[in-house]
Amino acid sequence: MRYSGFKVIKEALSGHKGWTPAWREPEPQSHYDIIIIGGGGHGLATAHYLAKVFGQKKIAVIEKGWIGGGNVGRNTTIIRSNYLLDGNEPFYEFSLKLWEGLEQDLNYNAMVSQRGIMNLIHSDAQRDAFIRRGNAMKLNGADAEYLDLDAIKREYPFLNFNDARFPIKGGLAQRRGGTVRHDAVAWGYARSADQHGVDILQNCEVTGFKIEQGKCLGVETTKGFIGAGKIGCAVAGSSGRLMSKAGMRLPIESHVLQAFVSEGLKPVLPGVITFGAGHFYVSQSDKGGLVFGGDIDGYNSYAQRGNLPVVEDVCEGGMAIMPMIGRARLLRMWGGIMDMSMDGSPIIDRTHIDGLYFNGGWCYGGFKATPASGYAFAHLLATDTPHDTATAYRFNRFETGHMIDEKGMGNQPNLH
Amino acid sequence: MIINHPLLGPRDSAEFTYKGDANLINRPDPETASPQDWHDYAYLRDNPAGPHRELWFHDGGDRSWLVVTRNTLTHEITAVELARDVARAEGRSK
Repeated sequence: MRYSGFKVIKEALSGHKGWTPAWREPEPQSHYDIIIIGGGGHGLATAHYLAKVFGQKKIAVIEKGWIGGGNVGRNTTIIRSNYLLDGNEPFYEFSLKLWEGLEQDLNYNAMVSQRGIMNLIHSDAQRDAFIRRGNAMKLNGADAEYLDLDAIKREYPFLNFNDARFPIKGGLAQRRGGTVRHDAVAWGYARSADQHGVDILQNCEVTGFKIEQGKCLGVETTKGFIGAGKIGCAVAGSSGRLMSKAGMRLPIESHVLQAFVSEGLKPVLPGVITFGAGHFYVSQSDKGGLVFGGDIDGYNSYAQRGNLPVVEDVCEGGMAIMPMIGRARLLRMWGGIMDMSMDGSPIIDRTHIDGLYFNGGWCYGGFKATPASGYAFAHLLATDTPHDTATAYRFNRFETGHMIDEKGMGNQPNLH
Repeated sequence: MIINHPLLGPRDSAEFTYKGDANLINRPDPETASPQDWHDYAYLRDNPAGPHRELWFHDGGDRSWLVVTRNTLTHEITAVELARDVARAEGRSK
C-alpha cells in the first residue's frame, strides 16, 4: 500500500477500514542469502538498501525484541554532518543527503525537519577550532556558517549572555542539520524493506553462530537454526555481547548515555543548540518537549539506565546557557547503551570469519548515521568492497595507526 | 553508585575517574611482546555483560587506584580492592 494524501482522504471517508499492517510477520525460512542481526535503524536501513538499491533477494532481519526498541527509539533525534576529519565528514554528509530524500525514498513521513543546529563558541581558541571545522565541512560539500555574537543574540535571544565563566562568543551553524522523528525511521525502513520482500523476524534472539573452518554458515536462534550465505551484525550497544558468541573481542566498550525530555511547552527553541563549554545539547520536539542530553556516564554498562551525577551535570549545562530551562519540569529520562569505540569512530567491515560482517562502534552518534550506515553496510554485504564514504571504517585501523579520533583522546572510550 | 574504598570506607563514585578493564594492569612485556600483543592490549576489550573487573582512580580523594568488581547489567558492586594489591598478587611491581 502506498501512502498519500489521496489515500488519507479516501480512508477518512470510508471509516479507516482499509489500512493494513505496515509489515508482515513471517515465519523464518531455513536459509537466506543475507541475514541482518539487529532490527534497529541501522539493520533495517541495511535491509532496505540491500533490497532496493543493490537488488539482493532472500534477506532477513532478525531482532531479539521488537523492531526499533533499542537506540533508534532512545536517542535525541539529531541529524547533522559537522565533523572535521576526512574519514568521517564525507560519510556523514552522504548520510545527511540521504536524510533529505528519505521520506520520498521510503514513502513514509519520518518528520525530517531541517531546523538547523548551532554549536555555541565560548573562547577564542574554540572559535578557531570551530571555524576550521566549518571549513572542513565546506570542503566536503556540507554547509557551515559562522555566526558572531550579534547574530547569535538576534536568533537566540533567550540564551544566557551574562555568564562570566562561559561567555558566548559566537557559534557555528549548520542550517541543514535538524531533527527527525526517530521511531518513524525504524518503521519507515521496516515497511519499505518488507515491501521489497525482506522477512523481518521479531522476538527471535540470536544465541550463537555456526562457524565451520573459518566460515559462518548461519545463526542459532530462539526459533531454531537459520542458514545464510552472509551475515551482517548491526546491534550497536550489544556488539560486545553478540560478537563474543563468534569468539571475537572488539575495540569497543559499552557505555550508558542518558537522555531527557521535559513536559510539553509552546514553541521556544528554533533548532538544535549545543553548549561548547560543557556537554549539553537541546532541541524541542514537535510535541513541545525539550529533548536534551549530555555526556555518557563514563563506565561500562549494559543497564539502559544511568546514575545521578550525570543528571546533575547535564542540568548544570542547561542552566549555564539557557536559564529558562530551569522553569521546565522533567517528564522522562532514560538510558541507552552505546558502542564506545577506541577512537570515537565506527566500524563497517568484514570480520576475520568468512561470511560474517560487522557494523558497530557508533559511540553516541549513531542516529544521524542511520541512512549512510545502512547504505554502506549494504554496499559491503552486496559487493564485498567498502562504500566510497566508509573506506576508513575498518578494524585494521587500530593496527596500522589510522585512527579517526575527532577529539584526539586516544584509546579511552569514555572520553570520546 | 557507592564504592566501598578499602581504606576510606563508602565513597560516592563521583569522586572517582573511570579508567577501564582491570586487564590493563597486565601490560605486555616490552622485551617479548609483538605488535599484535600491543594492539590487543591497547585496543581490544572483553566488554562483558555481567561481572566486570575495572580500574577506578580516586582523584577526588586519596589518589589510589582501585580494582572494582561491578556488574555491568545492574551496576551492583561486589568487591573493591587496592589495585596495588591486585597487581602485586599477579606478580607485577615486585
